[in-house]
Amino acid sequence: MIEHLPVLLVVLPIIGASVPLVASLYTDRSGWSIAVVTMLGHAALAGLLAERVWTDGVVSYAVGGFALPYGIELVVDGLSLAVVLLISAISLGVLAYARHAGPHENTFYSQLLLLVTGLTGMTVTGDVFNLYVFLEITGLAAYGLVASGREASAAVAALKYLIVGTVGASLYLLGVGYALAATGTLNMADMSGKLAAVGYDSTLVLTAFGLMVGGLSVKVALFPLHTWQPDAYANSPDSVSAFISALVSTVSAYALARLLFSVFTVDFLTAVPAARWALIVVASVSIVAGSALAVSQASVQRMLAYSSVSQFGLVIAGFAVATPIAVVGATVHLVGHAVMKGGLFAATGIIERETGATTIGGYAGMGGRTPLAASAFTVLALGMVGVPPAIGFVGKWYILVGAVEAELWPVVAVLLASTLLTLAYFARLGERLYFAEPTIREEGSIADGGEESDGLRASSEPRFDGGDGDDGEEAVSTGMLAVVVVAAVLAVALTAAVPALEQLLTETLPPLIQ
Amino acid sequence: MTADVLQLDLLTSRYNYYAVVLLLGIGLYTLIESPNLVKKVIGMNIFQTGIFLFFITLAFRTGANPPIVTKGGGPYVSPLPHVLILTAIVVGVSLTAVALALIVRIYSEYGTLDEDTLEELYYD
Repeated sequence: MIEHLPVLLVVLPIIGASVPLVASLYTDRSGWSIAVVTMLGHAALAGLLAERVWTDGVVSYAVGGFALPYGIELVVDGLSLAVVLLISAISLGVLAYARHAGPHENTFYSQLLLLVTGLTGMTVTGDVFNLYVFLEITGLAAYGLVASGREASAAVAALKYLIVGTVGASLYLLGVGYALAATGTLNMADMSGKLAAVGYDSTLVLTAFGLMVGGLSVKVALFPLHTWQPDAYANSPDSVSAFISALVSTVSAYALARLLFSVFTVDFLTAVPAARWALIVVASVSIVAGSALAVSQASVQRMLAYSSVSQFGLVIAGFAVATPIAVVGATVHLVGHAVMKGGLFAATGIIERETGATTIGGYAGMGGRTPLAASAFTVLALGMVGVPPAIGFVGKWYILVGAVEAELWPVVAVLLASTLLTLAYFARLGERLYFAEPTIREEGSIADGGEESDGLRASSEPRFDGGDGDDGEEAVSTGMLAVVVVAAVLAVALTAAVPALEQLLTETLPPLIQ
Repeated sequence: MTADVLQLDLLTSRYNYYAVVLLLGIGLYTLIESPNLVKKVIGMNIFQTGIFLFFITLAFRTGANPPIVTKGGGPYVSPLPHVLILTAIVVGVSLTAVALALIVRIYSEYGTLDEDTLEELYYD
């Protein structure tokens, strides 16, 4: 049993995803409990796997016992382990949030678990085609989840996401075709050796690199390819925007890193400086343009979405710098960003429910109205800017040190500028929250309590009172608040885990960190 | 002279690849340029079909047998791309299904399939 851990991690959520559909025949309110049980199992498996990777190093698993490199391989090393643990933790958090915030249908939880399947699969796979399949599973589940919003605009956002996302995934598939033509293999480890033998400057290899990285950049939402993201984040239900903002782009960025380091390797980046510079330029443009767009937004959720474009630019820049410390920094920032951005979206959901505020103007003076959510929001925002004890600082600092070591001065300049720009949009919001006169009148939300927030969110928030019991009347449950507070605490506390992650990465990824 | 003949030979013998490029081009063009949502999805399908043809062409080998070991000796056609494309086709069908479902919902809410009209309604 214990040796099958990597595959169980993928199989468990698939089975979990089909159970709520069957359960729908008897009751339509069992989805949540099934999802929680499944995700607890997932977390337990991830914990066991973590222990194995910590003691034995890299874990490799041949699916169905087919000899490698012909069969499908699952690989768990330090980098994928960090992402698997992140998926488990964030999913449990989102489930705690969705308990009250909904959607409550069984089908929603099926899709959520399918999304977890896709994300886990992308993380543990050691096969480039398998990565495509899981990428599409992730995509399909995410499109469905975005469309689960009650408003019609959610369907438009989901269709846009679907079309742009499919083109991205198809380009990636075309890239896999080129790589297959060049090497005749799909296994990542095997392919990396054969690519070196074919020659890094051969047209086939370069085209494969361009298409695969270009395709994944769509999924990561780097600057000119980000257009699907703000609509998808802003129009989906709060639980969904917290979930996909925290995980979907994160795991795609992980896949890009996996491609860079396990398939094309650092040698490719040094052999073909143009490829590396292209990545650095795209990442830098993303950082600046994402921040600039974020500053100009009126809606808080759209601002957060554009902020993701900029932060992922930062992560990809860290991976493209490719010195050991920059890679550790990029990984730290990848994990930290997921926690912080998920927490921020969850907090905007709470603030909207309690006060009805969705725009930066509307946030004026809301700090006193929703003290807990607003202070968690502020802590997370400061973490995102990179104020020292928070994890956002450590990630940015490591990437910066890496860039300085590699003497990539333009990157250093962009990194420093990005911090200022991030401060620009979050500081404005913080100032509104605590020091501005309220623009939304209190009477409205007090007078008819839950009704008011119902009116504002009517279409995106089905209120089935059945399973919610007593707190069905309240807009915000303890679970939702707890999730936001835990995210804020984690944003600071995770800093303590950085040395362990660094050790894990250096131990399990010798070809990467050298 | 011989170089010219070789070039011509290269041009006439690689017609599969022209079909691939053509399909990719038509697909992407329709996807971007057509204002009709259903046609966009059709463009997406054509684009994916181009990629499928690319993989199948990769596996082709002149004079080779089907990859069934009992049927005489090699050389065999590579079976791997076929398996991959079967999977990719399934993915493509599911994507089309989800896209069409979303289009049905959009049509019932907004009463239009035209992107420009939708844009006006959407950003109200």
